[in-house]
Amino acid sequence: MKSLAELQAIRDKARAQVGLRAESGASVRVQVGMATCGIAAGARPVLNAFVEEVAKRGLQDIMVTQTGCIGICQYEPVVEVIEGEKKTTYVKMTAEKAVRVVNDHLVNGNVVTEYTIGSNAQ
Amino acid sequence: MRELALNVMDVAQNSISAGASLITLTVEEDLAADRLTITLEDNGCGMTEEQVRSVIDPFYTTRTTRKVGLGVPLFKMEAEMTGGSFSIRSQKGKGTVLSAVFVPSHVDMIPLGDISGTVRLLVTCNPTLDFVFRRTRDGREFTMDTRELRQILGEDVPLNDPEVSEWIAGYLEEQTALLKEEM
Repeated sequence: MKSLAELQAIRDKARAQVGLRAESGASVRVQVGMATCGIAAGARPVLNAFVEEVAKRGLQDIMVTQTGCIGICQYEPVVEVIEGEKKTTYVKMTAEKAVRVVNDHLVNGNVVTEYTIGSNAQ
Repeated sequence: MRELALNVMDVAQNSISAGASLITLTVEEDLAADRLTITLEDNGCGMTEEQVRSVIDPFYTTRTTRKVGLGVPLFKMEAEMTGGSFSIRSQKGKGTVLSAVFVPSHVDMIPLGDISGTVRLLVTCNPTLDFVFRRTRDGREFTMDTRELRQILGEDVPLNDPEVSEWIAGYLEEQTALLKEEM
């Protein structure tokens, strides 16, 4: 059974290592388009995949979040990876592609060019 | 939409945009009466009477990127398709309550789907907001209130911490299983 005591354990563990990440904050933001268009196109499994993969790898400086419709509904599910000034837009995403973006882009710093909007626009 | 849980995710976004700090989602299943009721309540900025009337019109939206807003109209249609009903009440400055009643045995019923997944993502993606999720099924019920979780976690651990997110997923899964267990 999941108990509230487990949450306390998570808190205590986090307090112990708070110095490691306190000042760093999230340096990379992953935004998944979750308006009606995105959700209908299958954005939730994509968002789920990002959340799970980031959790599994214990990536601390990455914030996964949802955003609204950015106006390119035909390309949904759309994911934006924002690193400071730099923004990468991935289109027609799936859960499998999301895992690869975490591994290649977020962990190793290589943009997965074939999934970006530039490679998918006609 | 393939799951009602996806509609909930979509419509909840309106509450978030309305600046709500507390969003309450209730899913009530009454098997004997053949009813499923989904209620979403927020303390956001609310709407004027005229806005409430127009929100069910697919050609009304507050956003500026395009001229259609399908979230609420779709949800309403899905409820009415099963012989259920839909209502929305709002007070400017107070908040909005949206309620959809479904008839699960109807052939056009869309499955509820992964509602726990929806709640988990809403909490994880909006760590500064509070959510209350209450689910009932024939007299049994459970509630998850992020204000309680926040109290335990203190200020050091945000609700979008990966481990907390996993805990929420596991907790909701277990509670849902208990709810569905044979008497």
